[in-house]
Amino acid sequence: MKNLKYLVFGMVFGVVLTKAEVISWFRIQEMFRFQSFHMYGVIGSAILVGAISIGLLKKWNVKAIDGQNIKFPVKPYNKAAIYGGLIFGFGWALTGACPGPISRSSVMGIVFLSSRSYLPC
Amino acid sequence: MIDLIHEPWPWYVAGPLIGLMVPLLLVFGNRALGISSSLRHICAMCVPMNIEYFKYEWRNEKWNLAFVGGILIGGLIAAQWMLGDAKVEISQETVTDLSALGVKQFDSYLPADLFSWANLLSVKGFVFMCLGGFLVGFGTRYANGCTSGHSISGLSNLQFGSLVATISFFVGGLLMTHLVLPLIL
Repeated sequence: MKNLKYLVFGMVFGVVLTKAEVISWFRIQEMFRFQSFHMYGVIGSAILVGAISIGLLKKWNVKAIDGQNIKFPVKPYNKAAIYGGLIFGFGWALTGACPGPISRSSVMGIVFLSSRSYLPC
Repeated sequence: MIDLIHEPWPWYVAGPLIGLMVPLLLVFGNRALGISSSLRHICAMCVPMNIEYFKYEWRNEKWNLAFVGGILIGGLIAAQWMLGDAKVEISQETVTDLSALGVKQFDSYLPADLFSWANLLSVKGFVFMCLGGFLVGFGTRYANGCTSGHSISGLSNLQFGSLVATISFFVGGLLMTHLVLPLIL
């Protein structure tokens, strides 16, 4: 199954998100109260590594393994980024989670959190 | 050397690993890291309604569902076998602030005062879980991305739209935390 590799990448990602505690409501509160560097460190270093990686992929003209040109993520600006962003921000501070952590039980955009509170999803 | 299995990972371990997901997915699959679009795929898959937003070939996006499925499995594995104790060592200032607002339970990833099945039917529980979840789901789709798609993936490719979105995420979170939470906690 060609999607198996994504399952494996996802598993690694899920372990990292859990072990970094970025799925913790408390960590998110700490971040929005500017009382710890943890979340800023995680997000900042992730962006730095991601940006350097993309820069190198472009510089060396690396192809995807199937030989195709890599399609880099393009996110054009529009006003929806502001409105949607603010709405997500409200929800982020309430639930202490973003879609990675709470993608499990979502029905039509209504997301219920698991009662087993340490579960990341 | 810290115990990487049972101790929480410091930011300088976890952050770069998250960042490496970006080139990994691009090189091995030509896919851009993103999670919240899976919400849309699931709806398009499960809800056969005549909604324009759900009319697209979601089968091409199965990889994203596999990725999100993997996140769930990875999260379960980590929660079952890789947590020494589930207590999150947050700063004392945060504990003090939250205690003053009435949060009592600090021994898990989330305050059980707020997040539990038993609380789901209370007004407070409904606001934090259902309304909060709705805002996350609706907001990320409206903004066309979440912390992964915009803040990690998009910003890594220096996308202006992602910068605007990320700033908006934070402004929204700050407003909720400092203006609304004190009223409803």
